[in-house]
Amino acid sequence: MSKIALVATRKGLFKYIIESSSKEWHLESSAFLGAPVSMVLAGTHREDWYAALDHGHFGVKLHRSLDQGTAWQEISTPSYPKSEDTESGESLELIWSLEYAGNSQPQGVCAGTIPGGLFYSNDKGGSWKLNHALWNREERGKWFGGGYNKPGIHSICVDPDDDAHVTVGVSCGGVWSTVDGGHSWMNKAKGMRAAFMPPEKQMDPNIQDPHRLVNCKTKPDAFWAQHHNGIFKSVDNAESWQEIEDVNPSTFGFAVAVHPQDPQTAWFIPGIKDECRIPVDGKFLVTRTRDGGKTFEALADGLPDQLSYDLVYRHGLDVDTSGDCLIMGSTTGNLWFSSDQGDHWQCISNYLPPVYCVRFVS
Amino acid sequence: MPRVTFTENLKRHIDCPSKEVHASTVKEALEIVFSENVALRGYVLDDQGRLRQHVLIAVDGEFILDRLMLSDVVNENSEIYIAQALSGG
Repeated sequence: MSKIALVATRKGLFKYIIESSSKEWHLESSAFLGAPVSMVLAGTHREDWYAALDHGHFGVKLHRSLDQGTAWQEISTPSYPKSEDTESGESLELIWSLEYAGNSQPQGVCAGTIPGGLFYSNDKGGSWKLNHALWNREERGKWFGGGYNKPGIHSICVDPDDDAHVTVGVSCGGVWSTVDGGHSWMNKAKGMRAAFMPPEKQMDPNIQDPHRLVNCKTKPDAFWAQHHNGIFKSVDNAESWQEIEDVNPSTFGFAVAVHPQDPQTAWFIPGIKDECRIPVDGKFLVTRTRDGGKTFEALADGLPDQLSYDLVYRHGLDVDTSGDCLIMGSTTGNLWFSSDQGDHWQCISNYLPPVYCVRFVS
Repeated sequence: MPRVTFTENLKRHIDCPSKEVHASTVKEALEIVFSENVALRGYVLDDQGRLRQHVLIAVDGEFILDRLMLSDVVNENSEIYIAQALSGG
């Protein structure tokens, strides 16, 4: 069976394919060349694919394809409500996450944005509504930017068994969850620790900076988070988090992926630390746990032997539905694939623009 | 009539030919253009209707002063030019 992967970059969207009879990926097509593509969403179970563009001068735009990425049309973009105070009202700055709303909502799409809004479309992106229940939470006023000037929602985890249960990751605002389809929200970052904060604020769940939040597709109460200063896991639907501190070479990073059938297995891509975002000792590698974080392996077979300075952004790592295949793209424009859970890596390209997001379509 | 002209850089993303309009302010001029080209609004103005941070508007060679309400006056022969700023690039 062939596989398709989409790669969203600083200068366009690239569609790669590998045929079942081949061992080599090839570039099938590209779109939006020259334009930053901040996020992409696609899946075999849906005909509607999405690509979010950040035109900089001319704002954020959203495009949709109904023919598997051959043609793209600009559609409605999430928009913040008009404020009585024109000067201070919010405006969309980035679409940072896109996810399908769940199996019972065949036309539903969710978008997480900077400055911190969660939007929902029930018509395949034809129109969008801000989730006011989360937006109006008093605590949101204390969220702050992580990397960007304003806070943003970068991770949206829809419970495969219950569409009304959605958990989002906010940089910086912790983890928030709804069990009633977005009518009410609760902070779910208890146990996370922000080492960069003053001591009395370090355990405040509303100021945590989860860089990326994922949950296991078949055991959705099991979460992993790559946090600003470490790795955290939850086995109780994010009711509590446990920090995993002893990981060689580092617990700092942005990306995390969890095996879709085995919540004990997860992958991370370490860097030195927040103020030095390069691989430890210049050795680019992936870490993997198969026992829920008790132990980690460093995986580097097929990754650069020479000194390298690649960083993988939070959406730059993906695992397929089998749990065997991984794809990752770096800030240096390298793209790698593994068909054996990271034991061996194959370089697909060394010459892409900086990679923002990778997605297996199949 | 005042004429509204868009930078070539914007034409890469959306069709936006020059247009002559009956208007006495920048806002009136743009609203006429946007009424006939709805998608163009979001490329020039943000969600609050402000001029985007990295977009400039010049009227007869002078940058407008009111980026919030776009109340700068235009006259019968004004050239209204929408450009991208070098910032944000």
